[in-house]
Amino acid sequence: MDLKQTTLDKIDRLVPRYPDKRSAALPLCHLVQEDQGYLTNDSIEWIANRLDLEPINIAEIVTFYPMLRTEAPGKYQVRVCRTLSCALSGAYKTCKQFEDAFDCKVGSTSDDQLVTLEYVECHADCGRAPVVMIGEKEYTGVDSEKAADLIEQIKNGTVETE
Amino acid sequence: MSVEEQRLILKYADEPSYTNDIACYIKHGGYEELKKAIQLKPEDICKEVLDSGVRGRGGAGFPAGMKWKFLDRKSGKPIYLICNADESEPGTFKDRQIIHKDPHQLIEGMMISAFAIQAKLAFIYIRGEFFEGYKILERAIEEARSKNLLGDNILGSGYSCDIIVHRGAGAYICGEETGLIESLEGKRANPRIKPPYFPAALGLYQCPTIVNNVETLCDVKHIIAMGAKAFSEIGTPGNVGTRIWCVSGHVQKPGYYEFPCAAITLGELIYEVCGGLLPGRKLKAVIPGGSSSKILRADERFKGKLKDGTEFDWGIEDIPMDFDSLAAVGSMSGSGGVIIMDDSTDMVEALANINYFYAHESCGQCTPCREGVPWMKKITTRMCSGNAREEDPQMLINIADQIAGRTICAFGEAASWPVQSFVSKFRDEFEAKAKEQELLRKQGLETSKETTLI
Ligand SMILES: Cc1cc2nc3c(=O)[nH]c(=O)nc-3n(C[C@H](O)[C@H](O)[C@H](O)COP(=O)(O)O)c2cc1C
Ligand code: SF4
Ligand code: FES
Repeated sequence: MDLKQTTLDKIDRLVPRYPDKRSAALPLCHLVQEDQGYLTNDSIEWIANRLDLEPINIAEIVTFYPMLRTEAPGKYQVRVCRTLSCALSGAYKTCKQFEDAFDCKVGSTSDDQLVTLEYVECHADCGRAPVVMIGEKEYTGVDSEKAADLIEQIKNGTVETE
Repeated sequence: MSVEEQRLILKYADEPSYTNDIACYIKHGGYEELKKAIQLKPEDICKEVLDSGVRGRGGAGFPAGMKWKFLDRKSGKPIYLICNADESEPGTFKDRQIIHKDPHQLIEGMMISAFAIQAKLAFIYIRGEFFEGYKILERAIEEARSKNLLGDNILGSGYSCDIIVHRGAGAYICGEETGLIESLEGKRANPRIKPPYFPAALGLYQCPTIVNNVETLCDVKHIIAMGAKAFSEIGTPGNVGTRIWCVSGHVQKPGYYEFPCAAITLGELIYEVCGGLLPGRKLKAVIPGGSSSKILRADERFKGKLKDGTEFDWGIEDIPMDFDSLAAVGSMSGSGGVIIMDDSTDMVEALANINYFYAHESCGQCTPCREGVPWMKKITTRMCSGNAREEDPQMLINIADQIAGRTICAFGEAASWPVQSFVSKFRDEFEAKAKEQELLRKQGLETSKETTLI
């Protein structure tokens, strides 16, 4: 596994800050995932090694936390909040619109690897529902008009992801 | 708006010229309280917080000063402070505002609290989805460090304490304080059993630990600023300070609004502050304190006695927005997430939506929760897809009754309360749906219809 030098530097700065090395497990998963896109068996072993843990100690957190991935996502990761406040404001309809536009069922990646479409639970911005995240960028009030706009931007590669 | 907000925590947050950098914060008098606090004795600060009567804003409403008092100081182990910024209770979005718009207020509140309890190290556990909030906090902490407001020998006081921002990764259960601690130790967020694992005695790394919500820690700053007595005069006895109510769902102006406790009623919040319901709609129900609090039905009468013995007889609009009144009507103010539903809402679907959430979020440690919550989801899902059975409403109640009170953490209650309250209060709708679908199935007719909430 080849991690970027900037990632390695971040890891070296981070680990000694914790009173117990194991606490750095989740942050390291984040950093390696940001670097590599997702977590492989190799990365799990690498992290375990770095923290003097067993691979199972990392594998068990990778399988627990929804934001950690073991498969490559599509180019754009689209996460639609489906929890009550967003649903009351039409989130399911918004999601359907994304499904139709990319011919991609929620919970999967489109055949052309352009989008991974997922449901997520409440993103703590319910006053501006429906909420959709694309990459690390949050979009709010995503009604059908806004969704159509975002779909267009994803298709032509101009959508902002952070 | 005829009812004016009275902001304390979010006083500057939305002023057009207010920015979230340290220069702006200091220009507005920021960090003066920290300077004052480090001149005081730590135990005197703890006493101020206790005397103020401030209650936790994370959900349970436990008095913060009392929690601090429970710290096991005899063990001689290091003490830790954790700010709970997981903000994961559906319907809640107040901590996000503080983190994004006024991060230094949180840092100041934390450093005062850390000094008061003599914490060796402090953490902010922030939910993983707050990418921007994380960056803002990291930057703010660096700014504060460069001015010696945290880190080594803070402002020459001899006291040292750093803050580590630790990101979660999408699991709701990390908001539960002992689950949070496990997560911070690098493990699955499986909550610990209390007793013996009360964080104040056996918390992070089995050391005494205080976990407080973002808003609670900001309140500490204001308690030091105005003194316990003045702070305790905001609101009513037992319900002091302000609360940030997060309103979402079917209102004209959803958003966050800060008021002294008990300063407004639920009716004023809906109709005056939030501009009322959508045109032509009537109020059907309100979830007043995040999705795990018990639902209130719009045409209910709430009768009973308050703690001080006063009798009340309220309609839904008359309920004062504070801890004790919402508890007295059988629900709770919880995390301040007020979800409004109008008469277009199908209650079975709304519960199906909530059950989906809890089934997804159970950590899986206790059998009643791991098995029971998905059962409840399965039942409400089939009720929405045309496969309801006549016994379903009662079965939902039976399952919920067997989860609540039989689990390691309060998630068991959080998942059961919606089911118990929805089904008992809207029994007519649940039964009608079950009957109708049974009948149609018998006649060989199409039973499912389009759903919007699940
Ligand atoms: C299932 C569950 C989820 C919770 N989620 C949160 C949360 O997201 N944020 C929070 O501050 N408290 C949450 N809490 C409450 C915490 O366990 C804890 O009581 C709180 O952080 C204490 O802070 P306070 O005393 O300042 O309110 C949750 C509790 C439970 C049982
Ligand atoms: S009640 Fe549920 S969430 Fe809490 S410890 Fe048990 S299984 Fe986990
Ligand atoms: S329900 Fe979607 S952000 Fe809260």
